Amino acid sequence: MLRIVKYVVQDIVRSRIVIAYTAFLLAAAIGLFNLGGDISKGLIGLLSLVLFVVPLVSLIFGTIHFYNSYEFIELLAAQPLKRRTILLAEFLGVSIALGAAFLLGIGVPVALFAANNTGFTLIATGLGLTLVFIALAFLGAVITRDKARGIGMAMLLWFYFAILHGGLMLFVMFYFGDYPLEKATVGMIALNPIDLGRVIVLLQMDVSALMGYTGAMMKDLLGTALGITCGAGVMALWAAAPLAISLWRFQRKDL
Amino acid sequence: MITASHLTKSFGRLKALDDFSVSMARGQSVLLIGPNGSGKTTFIKCLLGLVIPEKGELTLDGGSLLEKPDLRRMIGYMPQIGRFPDHLKVGQIIEMMRGIRRGSHERTDEDLIEAFEIGKLAHKPARTLSGGMRQKLSACLAFLFDPDIFILDEPTAGLDPVAAEILKEKVRAVRERNKLVLLTSHILSDLDDITSDVMHLIEGRLQFYRPIAGLMEEHGETKLSRVVARIMRESATPKTPC
Repeated sequence: MLRIVKYVVQDIVRSRIVIAYTAFLLAAAIGLFNLGGDISKGLIGLLSLVLFVVPLVSLIFGTIHFYNSYEFIELLAAQPLKRRTILLAEFLGVSIALGAAFLLGIGVPVALFAANNTGFTLIATGLGLTLVFIALAFLGAVITRDKARGIGMAMLLWFYFAILHGGLMLFVMFYFGDYPLEKATVGMIALNPIDLGRVIVLLQMDVSALMGYTGAMMKDLLGTALGITCGAGVMALWAAAPLAISLWRFQRKDL
Repeated sequence: MITASHLTKSFGRLKALDDFSVSMARGQSVLLIGPNGSGKTTFIKCLLGLVIPEKGELTLDGGSLLEKPDLRRMIGYMPQIGRFPDHLKVGQIIEMMRGIRRGSHERTDEDLIEAFEIGKLAHKPARTLSGGMRQKLSACLAFLFDPDIFILDEPTAGLDPVAAEILKEKVRAVRERNKLVLLTSHILSDLDDITSDVMHLIEGRLQFYRPIAGLMEEHGETKLSRVVARIMRESATPKTPC
């Protein structure tokens, strides 16, 4: 399997999209750190950027890569290889390539300018989100045969997680504000990997007081080592579950 | 060598294969023909494990092809449309295939790589290859590991006459070494001289499966294309099946 991973990575790192993605992240990170002078301001700006761009690129690139590799996957499936080996190799290949792009674009500047706890949490969160959204992209692409529909689905997923989910949460909190919602809120955050990532990083920043009562509650629930572990666990589940379902579907798929 | 029994596969309402049974032996070169949507590609894809049939069995030398993916080491496949990762070089693609197939074959067969001068292309990224060059690369990969069974889907489509002739010569040579070749093609005049049997499918069912010599004799034609055109015309006009 690693043999296939190697070539998938070699293929992707030469693609213009990945090179542009790396350059964009690098430029944005260096820019943000040199803008205000304050490192934590730079980190917050970078956090918003990472939460916005990383899921989008991972979803769209993962989906397009899968459809573009379709004939090649077919050829691999006709070799004496197990289907799960092929899909896992593709997943690992895309993950390693986009993960490396992220490490180079965000990881290096953060390590240079903000080598603290928050900075490293941000890097880990970005890598986690990369895995989660590639897994979701693969799930969509395995289920949908049609390329246009698959890409549409990827964009809808991104739209939901990046924008809609927050709106829904606001709606719930507004209408049910009279009830004790603190724990329910934490549960709702766990349903969105982007929000989960945001909370994990923000809690490292000591700005959670700015988030009011719920923020304090969350600090209480999630700010501990146990909370961070739980957050990371839920994030891992967000990557593992879609991957497991797509592996299962791919084994029965007619290519 | 390959036995299919009662294969059934439908896509929605369309029955691509309908209780399809057939067997093929070493030394044969079987040409699959039939109108579009008759189940040719579905049958090939079942053999390769790309499509999973709803019912039926598919065995290769007694082992179940559906249950043991490892049996595919005996098969070399040349797809109708070869597409490779855009940024990989031709040399890397061949190298990767060698890695995947390592330990599954006794010898490699580099004749086609030499005949098609693939070595000259080794540093070209796959995205810069023309359709014909991709076909050549696909053919090389199918023959490279000296398998026992060759499945060639439209092998001569897109090849220039010289390359097509080289490929046909290669097919002839492997057949003489007692291997099984399964072909599909629309350009029939191309393939008479390398075909031993013709298998005709219509709507997922086997219409006939006979040695080519007998067919030509019966229809009084010497060209395969004419025989096939005639059969297709006859089967297209509605009449009671005999």
